[in-house]
Amino acid sequence: MTVSNPQLDVNGELTHLLTVEGLPREIILRILDTAHSFLSVGEREIKKVPLLRGKAIFNLFFEASTRTRTTFEIAAKRLSADVINLNVGTSSQSKGETLLDTVANLSAMHADMFVVRHSQSGAAHLIARHVAPYIHVINAGDGRHAHPTQGLLDMFTIRHYKKEFSALRVAIVGDVLHSRVARSQIHALTTLGVPEVRVIGPRTLLPSNVSELGVHVYHDMTTGLKDVDVVIMLRLQNERMNGALLPSAQEFFKYYGLTPEKLANAKRDAIVMHPGPMNRGIEIESSVADGRQSVILPQVTFGIAVRMAVMSILAGNA
Amino acid sequence: MNKSLPDAEDLLARLAERMRANVTPDTALIGIHTGGVWLAQRLHKALALKQPLGTIDVSFYRDDYGSRGLHPKVRPSDIPFEVVDADIVLVDDVLYTGRTIRAAMNELFDYGRPQSIRLAALIDRGGRQLPIAAQFIGAEFSVPDTEQIELRKSDEGRLSLVLTRQGAR
Repeated sequence: MTVSNPQLDVNGELTHLLTVEGLPREIILRILDTAHSFLSVGEREIKKVPLLRGKAIFNLFFEASTRTRTTFEIAAKRLSADVINLNVGTSSQSKGETLLDTVANLSAMHADMFVVRHSQSGAAHLIARHVAPYIHVINAGDGRHAHPTQGLLDMFTIRHYKKEFSALRVAIVGDVLHSRVARSQIHALTTLGVPEVRVIGPRTLLPSNVSELGVHVYHDMTTGLKDVDVVIMLRLQNERMNGALLPSAQEFFKYYGLTPEKLANAKRDAIVMHPGPMNRGIEIESSVADGRQSVILPQVTFGIAVRMAVMSILAGNA
Repeated sequence: MNKSLPDAEDLLARLAERMRANVTPDTALIGIHTGGVWLAQRLHKALALKQPLGTIDVSFYRDDYGSRGLHPKVRPSDIPFEVVDADIVLVDDVLYTGRTIRAAMNELFDYGRPQSIRLAALIDRGGRQLPIAAQFIGAEFSVPDTEQIELRKSDEGRLSLVLTRQGAR
């Protein structure tokens, strides 16, 4: 059976990273293993390797981002690439240029790679379909669809602390409905063989078909967090909400905000993750965010190594 | 064509003897993945060196990345000592074009400026494409360009050399 996967070239090698869905297990593991080697580069006096010298990487952000854009920029610079940051919301697009025209113009400036964030699901796919074959595209978040590098850095974080995926219970908590991060995490966890993935949230913030992804659905934190090894909190995405899905942020915190009391239901050595930016006091209490089980800041550091791995694998598959 | 490869264990013993008078307890060994790491572990013990053993994977510094992409199995480099002013011996299994050694030296300088770098190789098969020479070798042994000399390690830790076909790396 051959399913056309726009991320893979004719040899089955990764040429774009658009989504974790359908990404072969071996490719995910190769990215994690490569990232592991890049981690030690970040601990050296000179944190650079020469792999992408002479390559031009365009950070195309049609939607605001600090952490993701910055870590992509650092990753590219540590690979010795030239990085050009474009906040497109404030430039040509507002003058009426189409997405593909913007990309065509940047390609004429000899771009080798695009890192794309866009509020429309499928934007990175569209670009990947229209660029020359030697140009690589990384999806840095598209609408509610996918955020593959975040999903992969989360897998890296879990493996770093838990070593094996095969015996884990992982809970993803909060606004799954609007979360491209959650979708990428669920696909990655399933592909890597995590036997039990749970989602916890109010009915209004869980997609109606979420159980089709192979996850267990909980509406209550006490039972949902029982004996889990990993707790992944999601940001409450106010800016993506249409209509009254929630009575109030305070109400949400009361039932789904991660407090030390709720966390006590998880295993004693459970780790707490969050993709950022955090809403303290809404989805997570400060004492947990800054507590001994929190690995939220290591996630950011690992994100650089994972993005270096993705960029160097893509650019090497000419 | 049929001359057989020398025994890796004999060569290793000879290499250790050749190095013995030329290292101090402060000399630092760095093995190049994967065969060089096995050799460096054995040499480190045989020469009773004090500095912890370093390992290096040159994948991020190879000059064929543009044509061959990133090596599918990159292992982390681990240099557990201060490189600045260190007296370093790089250890590799087979010295051939010299490109791996060039890459390893470039990587090392991103850790600091060593006092000196010397090179130890189990086998020098000639065919250099860069001005690089080893200070310590087990033996010289030339084979045709179409063949590759590979170091292998048995489950019991015994090293051996095998000839395989295929283009040079």
